[in-house]
Amino acid sequence: MNATGIGAAVRRKEDQRFVTGKGHYTDDVNRPGQCHAYFLRSPHAHARIKRIETKAAAAMPGVLAVLTGVELAADKIGNLICGWMITSKDGSQMKMAAHPAIAHGKANYVGDPVAVVVAETLAQAKDAAEKVNVDYELLPALADPAKAQSEGAPQIHEIAARNTIYQWHLGEAKAVEVAFNSAKHVTKLDFINNRLVPNAIEPRAAIGEYDSGSESLTLWNTTQNPHVARLVMSAFVGLAPEHKLRVIAPDVGGGFGSKIFIYPEEVVCLWAARKVGRPVKWVAERSEAFLTDAHGRDHVTHAEMAFDAEGKATALRVKTIANLGAYMSTFSSSVPTYLYGTLLSGQYEIPAIYCEVDAVYTNTVPVDAYRGAGRPEATFVVERLIEVGAREMGIDPADLRKKNFIKNFPHQTPVIMTYDAGDYHASLKKALEVADYGGFGKRKRESARHDKLRGIGFSTYIEACGIAPSQAVGSLGCGVGLWESAEVRVNPTGTVEVLTGCHQHGQGHETTFAQVVSERLGIPLENVSVLHGDTDKVQFGMGTYGSRSGAVGISAIVKALDKIEAKAKKVAAHMLEAAEGDIVFADGKFTVAGTDKSSAWGEVALNAYTAHKFAGQELEPGLKEGAFYDPTNFTFPAGCHICEVEVDPQTGESEIVAWTAVDDFGTVINPMIVEGQVHGGIAQGVGQALLEGAVYDKDGQLVTGSLMDYCMPRAHDLPALKVEMTRTPSPSNPLGIKGCGEAGAIAAPVAVINAITDAIGSEDLAMPATAQAVWQALQKAQDRRKAA
Amino acid sequence: MPAVALTVNGKPVTGDVDPRTLLVQFLRENLRLTGTHVGCDTSQCGACVVHVDGKAVKACTVFVWQIDGANITTIEGLADPNGPLHPMQEAFREHHGLQCGYCTPGMIMTAVDMVNRKGHDLDDPTIAISAAAPATITS
Amino acid sequence: MYAFTQHRPATVRQAASLLAKQEEAKLLAGGHTLIPTMKLRLAGPKHLVDLSKVEGLSGIEMKGRSLTIGAMTTHVEVQTSPVVRENIPALAELAGKIGDPAVRHRGTIGGSLANNDPNADYPAAALGLGATIITNKRRIPADEFFKGLFETALEPDEIVTKVQFPKVNKAAYVKFPNPASRYALVGVFVSKRSSEIRVVVTGAGANGVFRVTAFEEALKKRFGAKSLEGLTVPADGMASDIHGSAEYRAHLIGVLARRAVAAAG
Repeated sequence: MNATGIGAAVRRKEDQRFVTGKGHYTDDVNRPGQCHAYFLRSPHAHARIKRIETKAAAAMPGVLAVLTGVELAADKIGNLICGWMITSKDGSQMKMAAHPAIAHGKANYVGDPVAVVVAETLAQAKDAAEKVNVDYELLPALADPAKAQSEGAPQIHEIAARNTIYQWHLGEAKAVEVAFNSAKHVTKLDFINNRLVPNAIEPRAAIGEYDSGSESLTLWNTTQNPHVARLVMSAFVGLAPEHKLRVIAPDVGGGFGSKIFIYPEEVVCLWAARKVGRPVKWVAERSEAFLTDAHGRDHVTHAEMAFDAEGKATALRVKTIANLGAYMSTFSSSVPTYLYGTLLSGQYEIPAIYCEVDAVYTNTVPVDAYRGAGRPEATFVVERLIEVGAREMGIDPADLRKKNFIKNFPHQTPVIMTYDAGDYHASLKKALEVADYGGFGKRKRESARHDKLRGIGFSTYIEACGIAPSQAVGSLGCGVGLWESAEVRVNPTGTVEVLTGCHQHGQGHETTFAQVVSERLGIPLENVSVLHGDTDKVQFGMGTYGSRSGAVGISAIVKALDKIEAKAKKVAAHMLEAAEGDIVFADGKFTVAGTDKSSAWGEVALNAYTAHKFAGQELEPGLKEGAFYDPTNFTFPAGCHICEVEVDPQTGESEIVAWTAVDDFGTVINPMIVEGQVHGGIAQGVGQALLEGAVYDKDGQLVTGSLMDYCMPRAHDLPALKVEMTRTPSPSNPLGIKGCGEAGAIAAPVAVINAITDAIGSEDLAMPATAQAVWQALQKAQDRRKAA
Repeated sequence: MPAVALTVNGKPVTGDVDPRTLLVQFLRENLRLTGTHVGCDTSQCGACVVHVDGKAVKACTVFVWQIDGANITTIEGLADPNGPLHPMQEAFREHHGLQCGYCTPGMIMTAVDMVNRKGHDLDDPTIAISAAAPATITS
Repeated sequence: MYAFTQHRPATVRQAASLLAKQEEAKLLAGGHTLIPTMKLRLAGPKHLVDLSKVEGLSGIEMKGRSLTIGAMTTHVEVQTSPVVRENIPALAELAGKIGDPAVRHRGTIGGSLANNDPNADYPAAALGLGATIITNKRRIPADEFFKGLFETALEPDEIVTKVQFPKVNKAAYVKFPNPASRYALVGVFVSKRSSEIRVVVTGAGANGVFRVTAFEEALKKRFGAKSLEGLTVPADGMASDIHGSAEYRAHLIGVLARRAVAAAG
């Protein structure tokens, strides 16, 4: 390992601009002649739009255009789409309703755009929007996913009877039934995986610009995947041919999944820019973000686990209703299916699993992938059942886990996945040591002395990252390939530019990707720059989500570096007048094996471009190589998190007093950055467990519509986290990387709930486990005890 | 149109502004000091914190004319652009105190204010709790 | 935000006359409630009368057994004032629990009292200490000042200029913050001044800040947390929202009151 290579805790290259305020985010971009868009949104969850009167608004000062769904349709701007086709158990295809960028005919959630005002200033656009008169006919609203399929529920889209998008299943129902019939013990749970509002602190933003000279469009956008955005807006929405549309994602202030998707606002900014002949800018306000960013989770689940007399899990049965909101967002269909059902085996050898998922429409903002996407929900199911099962059977929860762990790899689960490598005992063992599990009883007694209830909760989670190979995801209905691309450009002076199809919005790719290059080429870190986020500069790539950039994106860089090295060796062979096969490359030097003849990296790079030492017929000048990498399997990060809480029984407040995380991410490029990802993930998971929960009232109004009512985690909600790692490299990519971005958010919620339920001695506790919720659970348990 | 005159990062600036102009808008739009960001509309997230006469203030919740004559420091003025980083900037970098960087300027300005107020009284829990109050976790 | 005209009077008299003269005029103190409300277009005053240039509205002074705080004094000034810390430490503690440091640098005691947000902290202190709110027109005892949700005894052209707190023997404030907004989900202020005992609740009442006379009576017998054991406040009349049911708020009042009494010593 060199000082800046793989495994080094290098300080981040990108931080210089971020700590000095020189980051360049979409809202920091201002285009000459730019005007501003303001979206008038439906205040009703479900309403027919009978008429929209825009004349008065159009006459207001500074107004350039007032546009509605009528103009959008007239201009033949296509609908937004969901790109993963799910097939129901009866063989029918999912029911994807039309999703126009501006509601046309009917508004289907509070926040659905019904008109856009483009004006010289934002204040003028807002003033004019108040003069737009929309004649609504109110329709009964549906907000509760559990009621979506009931008889008499309001029907949201004609295409979807009983609001049902699909009825999907996975696994063997028969085998599961047989196993349940002979079970010694069955643990049953009903729960809701709470709906979350992503809340990246940078709100979404877009600037559309039209150049009539080249008949091309440019979009600055807060997106995690500029090429995917361009593809959808070109091929499906039809804004411009792909080569006439440039998408730039500059610095992006957090994504968490919510910036993967293609939203109405960017479509409208591009469309409006062409109509008014001026750049059109839109920046979401926080309250607008609450109403319009795709939310996460929102599952209603019944789950049962069967155990034999020894406590071995014999079967798992899960029935989930997944709320996808008013329209199908870009990847929403895959989240409660292939990113959820396929992870239900957890870290355990469960012979039979059967999972049914009904996805439904409701009059709420669309729901899509949010940090973890399906995997936190799966982990919650499995880890709650194991924990509660252990308590019911009187087995130590750590022991029950050990008894059921998968020990041999590769392991084929009953739900598609083949786990390629892992060591679940190792991470549990280390976590038990770090958390001083043996000392818990003493700590619990100590807490009791000052009137606190102490509890401990485990989460031995697994996730599938990388989300590839493309052939496999294609066979499951995915509309795109999930490989990644890279280009490595060596300059004549030997400095290097890496062009990646990934996109960073907090992950530190500019550092970690450069570390891989630095190590491989033996050049200083500062001689490597990483370019991303501009479709005019970078070759087609798939972007960043699903903890994929290390496992897939870096693998593409490694593949391109292989080609660079091979080519450079050819150049060096000519320079050193030796056979290509005799050239050895190490520590940034090309040497003729067995001699002291050598050329430095910089000399070879220069020679590749001067091309003085070889004839163009035998070797092309230049040193630039591209690669596309498609993994052979998903990667399977896994680990053990242990949460310890103290509950104040008088107020119901829970304080997390200790947290241990032992994760197996395979090869780690930069441990400092990985630890940071774990910290952030845990914070978000704790947010889901204790604080966050989107609440819609029965009329479909979002009650938690601002940070005044929707609680995000703050530093004081967390203790100092103990983060450790174990390492079993992934066999599915060249460096053995597994991915770390989502692990914390996947592992954490259930660890917290397992800890609090342990403390209060009642399993009846929903997320978020606010002080009130815990107090109510305690009251109920007390009432039950009194009644008994 | 009220006229305002301020000192921003040591330089005198003037302008005629719409009374609705918030300090953060004046900084970002008039002065093109885009390091100060807007993260919410309820005065909670802390991404827009700057120093007004040496005190941490949410630039999204002050009209620029309210602080006419004041001395403003933004993230861009914390250290000499051609010199070393301010120790707090360096500490954030050294201890990986940021990811996407969006709220980082607000966090750094808040942290500097905390040190200014508490100095050597700071201990670890105070740092955690005080830092927590203005700024939510972003990534 | 809707357009408005700003005014920066130099005296209380000028400010009052602007308030009286201009239609839809609002006073601007720290602005930390008003400005966000204006940004969201939930308020649209035509005129803003800024008090920051008005002379004599700031400052903290102890005279005899009475602590006087100017209306434009910021939360951080109260929080860190040695005079307040020495004479009514509970008041400094309370000020230090409002919002966050940046909010405390701008927010003012007069603004908070005049706004009378049912979840704000200062109304609990004013009522809990039996303060007197001094305006440009008169002196209003706290018992007569708070009139319900965002309602006070202030007349349209009346301006809070000072608040006078009597020094007490014992006082404490215990706050259970709404984790999202950091306002009080429930806050209980207790004080003891010779024979007068006050137990005041903010955040919980459906009609704003209020005194719990049953608790006060119990404490008159003996000022100790034990005196409150078994006593509860009926859920009737409590606010109820997604953050706390009426039952939960009523329950918290009991818990926090006992803790406040214990803290007051």
